[in-house]
Amino acid sequence: MNFLARTWVGEWLTGLGRLAVLTRDTVASCLTFKASRRDLLYQIYFIGIKSQAVVLVTGAFTGMVLTAQTYFQFHKVKMDTATLAVVGVSMCDELGPVLTALMVAGRVGAAIAAEIGTMRVTEQIDALRTLATHPIDYLVVPRLLASMIALPLLTIESIVLGIGSGYFVGTQLMGIDPTYLYFNMLKYTGDIDVVFGLVKSFVYGGIIALIGCYKGMTCGMGAEGVGRATTEAVVFSSITILITNFFLTLLLQRLYVLFWLS
Amino acid sequence: MIEVRQLRKSFGPQLILEDMDLRIENGESAVIIGRSGGGKSVLLKHIIGLLQPDAGEVFVDGENITHMSERQLLRVRSKFGMVFQGAALFDSMTVAENVAFPLERKHQFTPGEIAKRVAGVLELVDLPGTEKKKPAELSGGMRKRVGLARAIVYEPQILLYDEPTTGLDPIVSDSIDKLIIRVRDHLKVTSIVVTHDMRSARRVGNHVLMLHEKRIYANCTPEKLFASTDPVVRQFVDGVADE
Repeated sequence: MNFLARTWVGEWLTGLGRLAVLTRDTVASCLTFKASRRDLLYQIYFIGIKSQAVVLVTGAFTGMVLTAQTYFQFHKVKMDTATLAVVGVSMCDELGPVLTALMVAGRVGAAIAAEIGTMRVTEQIDALRTLATHPIDYLVVPRLLASMIALPLLTIESIVLGIGSGYFVGTQLMGIDPTYLYFNMLKYTGDIDVVFGLVKSFVYGGIIALIGCYKGMTCGMGAEGVGRATTEAVVFSSITILITNFFLTLLLQRLYVLFWLS
Repeated sequence: MIEVRQLRKSFGPQLILEDMDLRIENGESAVIIGRSGGGKSVLLKHIIGLLQPDAGEVFVDGENITHMSERQLLRVRSKFGMVFQGAALFDSMTVAENVAFPLERKHQFTPGEIAKRVAGVLELVDLPGTEKKKPAELSGGMRKRVGLARAIVYEPQILLYDEPTTGLDPIVSDSIDKLIIRVRDHLKVTSIVVTHDMRSARRVGNHVLMLHEKRIYANCTPEKLFASTDPVVRQFVDGVADE
């Protein structure tokens, strides 16, 4: 048991170290502008445009169900018109960035790991290296930048659609007064909530791309290796997003109190 | 010139190469033969810096590449072209895009120059008119030719072939052998061919290195190798299994 635990911890720490090295090399490559603009645009298209449907559906239905549940509880204490305020703050601070990131991790993180993993097992990454091309410049940097650009934009869409669909459910299905509902939402949802959401989604974009690329570039040989890398990319990036979300929330709140309010 | 000194490599507990010494002069056409799993491809990957040795050194044109970083190695690798066993074509790209890839990464050529060079090398490997095809539409022999076209399009000084005829029928294998000889004579490059195809070894190389028991066991001309009476060499050349 001890041996197993040591092996597991050792592997985990080794993986963390390798991921840190990949992150360092990727940041260094980003600073030297070695990525091709065409590759970057293609990745923005793949990560941003192609994820529209899944993100919009998630945002809309999350906003709708959150409105319904909040209304059911608030109605008991005659606070119906505060319903959309809760939806607004929740969508901007937490649900918008986190759920968008989780959906993109499932779609894009898996695709990145599968594509790069297949390139690894078919020696295409070795071929890149023999053609005097650094795999980080060609494979990782465009995906990282595209993911960090696309995710905040997708999050904005998700937030807008979540609040919009919540407003629709509140006014049309629950019969809440539209003016008070809207006014309270604006009163309690501040610019800072949107900024928090965008900062978080920017970080989650980096997490999804880096973990997807790392899992692809270190995947085991054969179809089984690619399959495992794909699964692990989704699981690890989802868990990392959820854990990071807690600490990021505390950090952003602290920074807000320190620099914004003082 | 390529020189390997006291090279040692293992993967986990399995020792693949031990105290290996090797020297290949400029313009030479060397063939590395040996049993499957004997470390031929591993040796080739050390020569181009795709693998780092556990011990020993690799020199390319007098420069020690053993402890170079990946970025430093990119400069050294521009001297090399490599043809992979499975061709390793980028499957999301067309044939023309695959062949043009190294030129586009250099940012030194206009699109017109690139198209002209691509057409030229595809002509050299007997694949004119295949520019728009995807790798999935090509046969094994055609894929290897495209791999070769991609490796020679930027005119490297050294060409490495990793089992170029494995998995091909004898007629296609023969055409690949002829192509290797044609490219060698046309571009005046140093060639290193890893193979266990004896016919290919005899035709392509002017120098044969046989890998056995983790070391270079024989280092001679193809004529001497095929006339050898050494039992280990004879067993491999004649293709006789252990009792």
